[in-house]
Amino acid sequence: MSFTILKKHELVPTVYLMGIAAPRVAKKAMPGQFVILRIDEHGERIPLTIADFDAQTGTITLIFQKIGKTTRQLASLAAGGSIADVAGPLGKPSVIEKFGTVICVGGGVGIAPIFPIARALKSAGNRVISIIGARSADILFWEDRMNEASSELHITTDDGTKGHHGFVTEVVQNLLEHGGHSGQIDRVIAIGPPVMMRAVASVTKPFGVKTVVSLNPIMVDGTGMCGACRVLVGGETKFACVDGPEFDAHEVDYTLLMSRLAMYLPEEKEALEPYEH
Amino acid sequence: MNTESESKIRPEMAKQLPSERRYNFSEVALGYNRGEAVAEAKRCLDCKKPLCIEGCPVGVDIPLFIRQIAEEDFDAAARTLKSTNSLPAICGRVCPQETQCEAVCILGKKKDSDPIAIGGLERFVADYEMKKGVMIPEILESTGRSVAVVGAGPAGLTAAAELAKMGHAVTIFESLHSAGGVLVYGIPEFRLPKAIVAAEVDFIRKLGVDICLNSVIGKIDTVDELLEEYDAVFLGTGAGLPLFLGIDGENLNGVYSANEFLTRVNLMKAYLFPEFDTPIKKGSRTIVVGGGNVAMDAARCAIRLGSEEVTIVYRRGEDELPARAEEVVNAKEEGVRFRLLTNPIRILGDENNWVTGMECINMELCEPDESGRCRPVALSGTEHNIPADIAIIAIGTSPNPLVPMTTPGLETARYGTIVADETGATSKPGVFAGGDIVTGSATVISAMGAGKVAARAIDEYLGRV
Repeated sequence: MSFTILKKHELVPTVYLMGIAAPRVAKKAMPGQFVILRIDEHGERIPLTIADFDAQTGTITLIFQKIGKTTRQLASLAAGGSIADVAGPLGKPSVIEKFGTVICVGGGVGIAPIFPIARALKSAGNRVISIIGARSADILFWEDRMNEASSELHITTDDGTKGHHGFVTEVVQNLLEHGGHSGQIDRVIAIGPPVMMRAVASVTKPFGVKTVVSLNPIMVDGTGMCGACRVLVGGETKFACVDGPEFDAHEVDYTLLMSRLAMYLPEEKEALEPYEH
Repeated sequence: MNTESESKIRPEMAKQLPSERRYNFSEVALGYNRGEAVAEAKRCLDCKKPLCIEGCPVGVDIPLFIRQIAEEDFDAAARTLKSTNSLPAICGRVCPQETQCEAVCILGKKKDSDPIAIGGLERFVADYEMKKGVMIPEILESTGRSVAVVGAGPAGLTAAAELAKMGHAVTIFESLHSAGGVLVYGIPEFRLPKAIVAAEVDFIRKLGVDICLNSVIGKIDTVDELLEEYDAVFLGTGAGLPLFLGIDGENLNGVYSANEFLTRVNLMKAYLFPEFDTPIKKGSRTIVVGGGNVAMDAARCAIRLGSEEVTIVYRRGEDELPARAEEVVNAKEEGVRFRLLTNPIRILGDENNWVTGMECINMELCEPDESGRCRPVALSGTEHNIPADIAIIAIGTSPNPLVPMTTPGLETARYGTIVADETGATSKPGVFAGGDIVTGSATVISAMGAGKVAARAIDEYLGRV
């Protein structure tokens, strides 16, 4: 049994959206969870956070950036095609409660996984202030959907082509200092590249605001069996696949996370070579 | 007929030469040919009270199938095997016969005499049948009852096969993309070819068992949800969680759990990278910590990946190695070094977070502890460094908590195993369990035995409700 691709399109340059028929996953998926997929018999197993899910239609939405061999191959597939294996929903769901005012930060492709979290937090009665950022306006996506899912939306671009000229952290800092429109900030959730998550954590720490990040280490099985995804949180080794992927942002060892993410760079380059010609 | 002196000795099974096999992942032991198998079968005394059957966790009628080999009726021998064991080609390869059926063989008790090569003969018959085309045994009329089996490892596959033969509708839920559990992710190709596993799994499908892959129970459905749809549930989720030493440096790049290393190599075929997409770090100097079969498998994979120096570090002595003696010999022949009575203190790394070696300390054995094994004690002042760029931690696994965590009313014991009685019944009505999830990590055959016992108990339970 394989999984049919219902739609695929390039959202912005190098970033793709894919809708997959996976009724059993869609029925159980919660914000913050991920799937492990394997394209074909020769493929590797890669984790991708579920960007959206619909139990009614039995579909899940994945968003990915074309970076390595597997994501390039994934991007080359079209609607009507199929993926050999999709396992999930995996990981612990995001904690959705009425916290008060919550800042949701999505950086780059991290906008995709922050979307269902922001939407659920808003439904739970929170005032959701979202900040989405990208290098440049032309690679920023889902502004409309994030607008709907948030009470207030801020945009940042590194090059100033849209919204605030600068980084998401500057907006976070500003909101913490001035408390947004409603006063106190009760919680921050940040998903994006590790450097961004580390930067957000260091901005929120002095304010003592509970901050959560979603970690994306290398995984193989995604069920706690291999330990490839081990991360250090508060001095303790955790498996991101079963203990996470969300952790206390102030306790995460980002240096270790980044060094482990770089473990197979030479092999990734080797695998990519045939695709570069 | 053989002369008296010859007939005491079993034929040695042909193996790939160490000098060749250390460069490939093809099977090491090549199996008996017809002549060897028949000659070996003829050595069997066909005891009146065969102890070997009692020595087999699934109760194979060993004297009968051996007699059928001696009579060269291999089809009958295959039927005999399959009537009690659904995975004979696997068992013939990976069962520790030397501590089970062969250990109690009367021939082995005689002076200078080998026990009958039961494992080798089992493999011969299973391979014969596989080549010829597998027969599907009689399946009882449908009972209208259904059973969900969680986990397609040795316990789950066996329980499923037995239940299907009894006429129940069986669905297996497997979390990975391939059925077999430890047989596909753990045991390497050179010891158990994946085509053999696939063929025996195919046999189980032909019995009418439905296998749902990519289905992580506890996530996609809970046990309670399965109970709404099925009349009973069997849990064979195994001991899949890797243990680490808890020493400094274990998160350095280049440190693998044996589970990760073996899963990359076996399940994901990283040894064929980049033809297959999953990479693995090959390394020039590899240290494997541990002395069990998994440690031997990891070390022998590292040799085949091209690591120039592969060292097993084990805190007890040669006699205490938990691995099968045969696997220790194979590893040594292939060039694996053994640093026995040696224990890691910390893993050393460079400024880029990569492994550079392991600091170890010498050990000595003192009086036996409650497990009956001699307790190793560190000898202070003997600290030393062993250089390495890959470290593999193969010190055991613990039960996977996904199912117990999401199943209210399911009693667990210390270390997270599921509590089950001798029939496999758990504290939750309609839920049975067996294999490593109940016993902690053990052998393929003991898990199969538990699957078989539980199938009988489930059958009885289904007759009652």
